[in-house]
Amino acid sequence: MSRTARDKTKFTLTNLSVRRETSLLLFTLAVILGVTLHSPRFLSWGNFHSIFLDSAIVAIASIGQMMVVMTGGIDLSVGSGLALSGMLVGLIYKAGIALNPYLALLLGGLIGLGLGSINGVLVVNGKIPPIIATLGTMSIYRGLIFLASDGQWVSAHEMPSSFIHLARGTILGIPNLLFIAGLFYLIFYFFLSHSKTGREVYAVGGNLEAAKVAGINTDKINRIVYSVTGLLYGLCGVLWVSRFASAQPDTATGFEFSTVTAIVLGGVSVAGGTGQVTGVLLGALLISIIENALNVTQTNPFWKLAIQGIVILVAVSMDGIVRRRQGTKVVREEQL
Amino acid sequence: MSRKRLLVVGVLLVALVFALPAYARDFTIAMVVKGAGNPFFEACRKGGEEATGELGLNFIFQAPATPTSEGQIELIDALIAQQVDAILVSANDPDALVPMLRRAMDRGIIVVAFDSGVAPAGRHLFLNQADMELIGRIQVQMLAEMIDGEGEIAILSATSTMANQNTWIQWMQEELKEPEYAKMDLVAIVYGDDLREKSYNEALGLFRSRPNLKGIISPTTVGLAATARALEDQGLSGKIALTGLGLPSEMAEYIRNGTSEAIALWNPIDLGYVSTYMAHGLLTGTLKGEIGEVVNVGRMGERTITEAADGGLEVVLGAPFVFDIDNIDEWADVY
Repeated sequence: MSRTARDKTKFTLTNLSVRRETSLLLFTLAVILGVTLHSPRFLSWGNFHSIFLDSAIVAIASIGQMMVVMTGGIDLSVGSGLALSGMLVGLIYKAGIALNPYLALLLGGLIGLGLGSINGVLVVNGKIPPIIATLGTMSIYRGLIFLASDGQWVSAHEMPSSFIHLARGTILGIPNLLFIAGLFYLIFYFFLSHSKTGREVYAVGGNLEAAKVAGINTDKINRIVYSVTGLLYGLCGVLWVSRFASAQPDTATGFEFSTVTAIVLGGVSVAGGTGQVTGVLLGALLISIIENALNVTQTNPFWKLAIQGIVILVAVSMDGIVRRRQGTKVVREEQL
Repeated sequence: MSRKRLLVVGVLLVALVFALPAYARDFTIAMVVKGAGNPFFEACRKGGEEATGELGLNFIFQAPATPTSEGQIELIDALIAQQVDAILVSANDPDALVPMLRRAMDRGIIVVAFDSGVAPAGRHLFLNQADMELIGRIQVQMLAEMIDGEGEIAILSATSTMANQNTWIQWMQEELKEPEYAKMDLVAIVYGDDLREKSYNEALGLFRSRPNLKGIISPTTVGLAATARALEDQGLSGKIALTGLGLPSEMAEYIRNGTSEAIALWNPIDLGYVSTYMAHGLLTGTLKGEIGEVVNVGRMGERTITEAADGGLEVVLGAPFVFDIDNIDEWADVY
């Protein structure tokens, strides 16, 4: 293979990941167009404002899930961990302590960081497969919520209005939720594509043995991804409680599956090694768009879940078709 | 001779010692509710504890981690194995629990349904929180007052299979047929599944798809609070009226700031309290479970057994209570 051919291949491979997001983007635009033709009110600034706000929390939590899945693992404790840190912050307010909302956000993140670190230790030091370790902590964290809250809710009137306004407020004219989500997407975009540790996350997921041979501390990387995931869902927990002005013991049950859906739609390989934050962001947006569209079009509730599932399958399989075509193209070019 | 007598006395004494606890054994009453961590059912639990305390009974409280019939069936199965004397149940599905409850009844366990009933075949008695008809109608009356009896309205319910919500909605539709509501138009019924996020998004969907919407009824506390929050986030407080059935603690914020002028609910503490008294009556035989019998319900006085709409037997707790700006402070910390 000549040098130019190799460069060409490399170029096509970069293209591939871009194309993956393009196919998802095209699919999303097709959905938007279809729904708008059916009910024009869908395509309004106000409605998309709601969609963006709705997708922000899933989008933030999905960054963590993406990194875990990229290393070949999975985190099933996302929903429980989110609810636990949200509930603990809620209980502080219920106890009458007027915590600054931004400090509450920080505290939630720290609680999440602790919960995520436990997952990391179980997976790395306990040598427990991630799906089992996090299945265990999923139940433990959920149980802890019931213990901490005694089964009670924290209601809107028990929270200070400054906290309730956290999810509603704006920074520089941008809604807080979007500002925070945007900030994390920027941070993790640079972290994953430009920092040494970020590149090592890809290496660990791509080929664990090769990464070890290359001198990467794979245990450290694994601990980092679970801890960072915890940090992110901890923050999400506080945002969730602020957004709905309520902390319930069953908050965000099954939320981990929304994050898995978002990353799979976003083109993250469940086998590990590949994934881009931009794809995940699109994936999270698509979930909210579909849900909003089904509500705005007043779709029969008995059909909603099925339609959601079908749309997800179509989106992923369209992506698969594009990928296969691209794959054969790459092979053909390599053969030249 | 004396040794033989001693032996007989000894055997009798031992037998008596073993028999005593069985004879003096307290009744054990188990309460099974829809799902764990719901303050409404925590309040029911308080009522159950209060009544069992007064009557000197043992009390067990059980709830599935998620509100499913499957979880409740497992719990009831375990309670049958524990040989409890009575089961008080608020069912996630009127039919799914019937086979397991029949098994309990076949083994002599008293079954009293409350809050969300089961089919007559799976229960001895049902404690109806209030007349289903009254609850359905009062919500339409409250909303009509808020919107001066005019405009498009919608209902945001829990899941589409909940027996109580569906019956109330039927009565709301009956009430809407009355001539004074001729200008009110029920344009949509949506289901938030008693999940905070889904209810919130369903409410947003209503605002978008029905720009002329004047009022929303949500006969469930999660749906009601989530709709209130969505109304505030969209700046629609005061533009779209909101009422329904909700916990005063959960709705206090929204009643104080006027997003919802008034809501209704019965007292869940009384619900747990009265159903325990009903089970106790059946256990001790003071009640036979026949139409017209008068049930003694402690501090609540007396109630009469009547025929329920489903052909089974029921006791009606009373009329729902209305919470508004004048009394919300007093109730917000109660339940």
